[in-house]
Amino acid sequence: MSAEIIVVTSGKGGVGKTTTSASLATGLAMAGKKVAVIDFDVGLRNLDLIMGCERRVVYDFVNVVHGEATIKQALIKDKRHENLFVLAASQTRDKDALTQEGVEKVLDDLSNDGFDFVVCDSPAGIEKGAHLAMYFADHAVVVVNPEVSSVRDSDRILGLLASKTRRAERGESGITQHLLLTRYNPARVAIGEMLSVKDVEEILGITVVGVIPESENVLAASNAGVPVILDENSHAGQAYRDTVARILGEARPLRFTEVAKKGFLQRVFGG
Amino acid sequence: MGILDFLKRKPEPTATVAKERLRIIVAQERSTRGAPDYLPLMRNELLEVIKKYVNVDLDAININVERDSGHEVLELSVALPDGKAASTP
Ligand SMILES: Nc1ncnc2c1ncn2[C@@H]1O[C@H](COP(=O)(O)OP(=O)(O)OP(=O)(O)O)[C@@H](O)[C@H]1O
Ligand SMILES: [Mg+2]
Repeated sequence: MSAEIIVVTSGKGGVGKTTTSASLATGLAMAGKKVAVIDFDVGLRNLDLIMGCERRVVYDFVNVVHGEATIKQALIKDKRHENLFVLAASQTRDKDALTQEGVEKVLDDLSNDGFDFVVCDSPAGIEKGAHLAMYFADHAVVVVNPEVSSVRDSDRILGLLASKTRRAERGESGITQHLLLTRYNPARVAIGEMLSVKDVEEILGITVVGVIPESENVLAASNAGVPVILDENSHAGQAYRDTVARILGEARPLRFTEVAKKGFLQRVFGG
Repeated sequence: MGILDFLKRKPEPTATVAKERLRIIVAQERSTRGAPDYLPLMRNELLEVIKKYVNVDLDAININVERDSGHEVLELSVALPDGKAASTP
């Protein structure tokens, strides 16, 4: 069995790719899968902080690609899940440090090491880094915010996924595309200030695999270096759990997409 | 519609405006996807020429590149406004 490669991508920057990669990888590990999550953002290492392993980075992705370290040496084992590993991005300013052959070799090695999933956290944009992150993918999670520029960019990314990947070039069955709507604010949608789930689905012609609400718990989680999916009390964490389950094939209804109705006690006593 | 109705009319929700704008731009960008880079520029220049004769805007011009064995066909269609040609120069 070879590893399934999942790219988390978006086009536009700052929409929640790294937040999603960390939670997706953790969620897959919680489901018992052996998972590696790779930071493709050369020069702007971030995933290590969100995963909470920044002080244990010795070797990085570029070291492995250049043969300066083995993949085993560079993989950082997660503190919480023994079947979860992080491969940090290099801090080099050389944007050409990654090559297609180098990336392919790393992915093949992970596959041979018995990994079930490799999650690739793409950099923003549609340049080389983003291209390399998506090229070998079997699945894509396209992260989109309910906002005009993000929606437009995700449409471009969907187009690139359908044409500029190894699967597309070889004429194999296409990448499975999952649209993930994040930073969703049902209250603003209700008063017509924000695009709704349905609006985004209609514009892009694809249904969402999940909706992650805008949540203050995301910042708290990144402050602590704990992927928000582990915060089981937060709506964002629960929405990520649902999303991972759907990606693994389970049917679950969307939650947290409507304005929360106040409970009986809250209505009586306020709050 | 009375003046009161006019005053009471709410502005269109911004999300509706956003959706409409996205619908148009996404359709436009999809139609030229994978096509040569000069296409958007050519489309604008064509618009300038067409505008000399008919009053249309960019959305009215549809460009499609079709590929079939060996050659490419550039398909251009212009939706004319109902019966209103621009005043002849
Ligand atoms: N659901 C959410 N609710 C609130 N804040 C969020 C949510 N998702 C992401 N954020 C915040 O948005 C910011 C950007 O998130 P993140 O770094 O994951 O985006 P990115 O797409 O990886 O960015 P880049 O393109 O720079 O790599 C962070 O400050 C993060 O805490
Ligand atoms: Mg990021």
